[in-house]
Amino acid sequence: MAEASEPIVRIRNLSKAYRRGAQIIPVLTGINFDIARGEFVALMGPSGSGKSTLLNLIAGIDSADEGSIQVADVEITTLGESDLASWRAGSVGFIFQFYNLIPVLTAFENVELPLLLTHLNRRERREHVEAVLDVVGLADRMDHYPSQLSGGQQQRVAIARAIVTDPEILVADEPTGDLDRVSAEEILQLMDRLVREFGKTVVMVTHDPRAAEKAHIIRHLEKGELSVT
Amino acid sequence: MFILKYILRNLFRHRLRSILTVVGVAVAVLAFGLLRTLVGLWYSGAEHASDTRLVTRNAISLVFPLPISYLERIRGVSGVTTVSYGSWFGAYYKEPKNFFANYAIEPKGYMELYPEFILSPKEKNDFLLDRKGCIVGERLARTYGWKVGDLITLKGTIYPGQWEFVLRGIYHGKEKATEERILLFHWNYLNETMRQTVPRRADQVGYFIVGVKKPELAPDVALAIDSLFKNSLAETLTETEKAFHMSFVSMTEAIMIAIQIVSYMVIAIIMVVAANTMAMTARERIGEYATLKTLGFKGGHLAGLIFGESVAISFLGGVLGVVATFPAASWIETELAQFFPYFSVSSETLLLELLAALSVGVVSGIFPTWRGATIRIADGLKRIG
Ligand SMILES: Nc1ncnc2c1ncn2[C@@H]1O[C@H](COP(=O)(O)OP(=O)(O)OP(=O)(O)O)[C@@H](O)[C@H]1O
Ligand SMILES: [Mg+2]
Repeated sequence: MAEASEPIVRIRNLSKAYRRGAQIIPVLTGINFDIARGEFVALMGPSGSGKSTLLNLIAGIDSADEGSIQVADVEITTLGESDLASWRAGSVGFIFQFYNLIPVLTAFENVELPLLLTHLNRRERREHVEAVLDVVGLADRMDHYPSQLSGGQQQRVAIARAIVTDPEILVADEPTGDLDRVSAEEILQLMDRLVREFGKTVVMVTHDPRAAEKAHIIRHLEKGELSVT
Repeated sequence: MFILKYILRNLFRHRLRSILTVVGVAVAVLAFGLLRTLVGLWYSGAEHASDTRLVTRNAISLVFPLPISYLERIRGVSGVTTVSYGSWFGAYYKEPKNFFANYAIEPKGYMELYPEFILSPKEKNDFLLDRKGCIVGERLARTYGWKVGDLITLKGTIYPGQWEFVLRGIYHGKEKATEERILLFHWNYLNETMRQTVPRRADQVGYFIVGVKKPELAPDVALAIDSLFKNSLAETLTETEKAFHMSFVSMTEAIMIAIQIVSYMVIAIIMVVAANTMAMTARERIGEYATLKTLGFKGGHLAGLIFGESVAISFLGGVLGVVATFPAASWIETELAQFFPYFSVSSETLLLELLAALSVGVVSGIFPTWRGATIRIADGLKRIG
C-alpha cells in the first residue's frame, strides 16, 4: 500500500541539534522517513530521544537545521513564519498530552478557534463545530468549560479542535499520557476511527506499548536515528 | 469580535488581580489629576489678578507696616484714580481651626477698587455707615451659617482680644475664581482701638491698594510712588496685584515644582506595577499563546490579545479615576475650603488623566506583547503540564 500511493509525509536527511552555550546537542541526525496517506504511525523511543522534536518538525512548529520535509507535496522547511502559520491552520491537526484547551473558552469556542482563521461565516462555523463534537461524542457538552470536563472529555474536545478544519494529517504527542486506562482506550479508539472512517493520517508519539499496538506501524527513535520494528 | 470576547474573559480570570490593577490605575490617575489641579490653582490667583490695581507695601517685607500719612501723597500721583488701604487682621472665629482671611480696610475706596465683590446697594450702604460693621463672602457665610444682622466675634492674634462685628452684608463673587472666604471690616474701628490700647501701633496700614486709569500706566505709577518714599523711614515697594501674587507664588514655587514631579512619579510608579502584573499574566499564559500559534494564529493576533488586555485594564482604571475626580474635587472644595476657595478640575486635566491611564496601558503592555508575539512555539508548549 505504501508503494501504491504517494507518501503524505516525506522526510529526507533531516537533522536537528540544540545549542546550549558552546555545547551542541545533536537530536536528529539524517532522518529519512516516509508516511503513507491513511497510515497510523506510532513513534516510540526513550525519553530525550527526540520524538517530540521530530513530531514538531513534521507539524511545522519547529525548524530543522538540515534536510527536507514534504507534507502533501509542500516543502515546509523553506516556508517563512507567516506562511507556515497559515499552512498549519489548514493542513495539520494537533493533539497534545495536556489537551491545551483555552480555559476561558467553552468546548464549543475551543473547537471553533481554528475556524476563526477561515472565511467561514458564523452559521457555517457552528455547523462544523457541532458536527465534529458529534463525532467525538460531546455534542451535549458544548457549553461546558474545560474545568467542567474530565481529562478524557477534554482530550476529545482537543481532538474535535484538531479535526474541525479537516486536515489530512494529525499529530499527537503522548495523547494518552495523562489519562487513566479507560479514557486512554477511548481516545485510541477515536483516533483509530479517524484513520479508518475519515481517512486521516495520524502520527502519534507514545511511551505506552498498549497505545502503540493500535497503530499500523511502530517506529523507534534512538540516538537520533529511526528504526523499524 | 473574538479577540474582544477573549480579552473580556481574560479580564475576569484573575478577578482580584484585575480589580487591584484597575483600582491602582484609578487611584494614580485621580492623584495625578488632583495634584495637577492644585498646581494650576496656585498660579490661577495671579492669573485672575487685576492689572489696574497696584499694591504698595513696605519694601523690606510684607510684615512691616506703612504710615497712614502716605495716603494723601499716593493720591497725588498722576494716573492714580482711587486709593484704599488695609491691614491683615489674622483673627479666627471661636477656634484656631476656623481660620480664614480677614482684613481691616478702608471700605469706600475698597468697594470701588473691587467691583468683583458684588453687594446689594442697601447692604453696601449699611456697611459703610456702621463703624463696627463687616461684610463676608457667600461661601464663608454658608460655612458658619451667618446671616445679615448677626453679631460675629473674632479672636485676635496679631491684635489680641475679642473683636465684635455686626454682619452688614454678604457679597458674592462676580466670577468663580473670586475669593468668597473673606471677612472685611472698617480699618477705623481697628485704628481707634489701637489708639486707646497700643498707641504705637496706631495709624499704620499693611498695604495700600492703588487704582490706575489704564493698565499701561501701572509701571510708571508704581515707579512714581516708590520714588516718593525713597530714603524715608519706610520705603515702599509697589507692584501690580499680579506681581504681588506672584511674589507669594514664587516663595512656594519649589514646592509646586516638587508636587508636579510627584504627580508624574505617581503615574510612573503605577506604570511599573501594571507592567509587572501584565508580565506575570503573560508569563502564566505562555503555553496558551503557544497553543494558539500552533493552531495558526499569528504574532499580530496575539499582540492584539495581550496589548488589548493591558490597555483595557488601564483604560478602565482611567475611566474610574476620571469619574472619581468629581466627588473628590467637591469634597476638597467643601472640606478644605480654607485652602481652596474653589477646586474645579479642568476638562484638559480630565483628558490628561485618561491619556496618563492609556499610556500606562501601552507601556505596561509592550514587553508582554513582544514576548507573547515572538515566543517560539516549541518552547512555549513545554510550559504546559
Ligand atoms: N529548547 C531546547 N534547548 C536545548 N535542548 C533541548 C531543547 N528542546 C529539547 N532539547 C533536548 O533535545 C532532546 C530531545 O528532546 P525531545 O523533547 O524531542 O525528547 P522526547 O523524545 O520527546 O522526550 P520525552 O519522551 O521525555 O518527551 C533532549 O535531550 C532535550 O534535552
Ligand atoms: Mg516528548
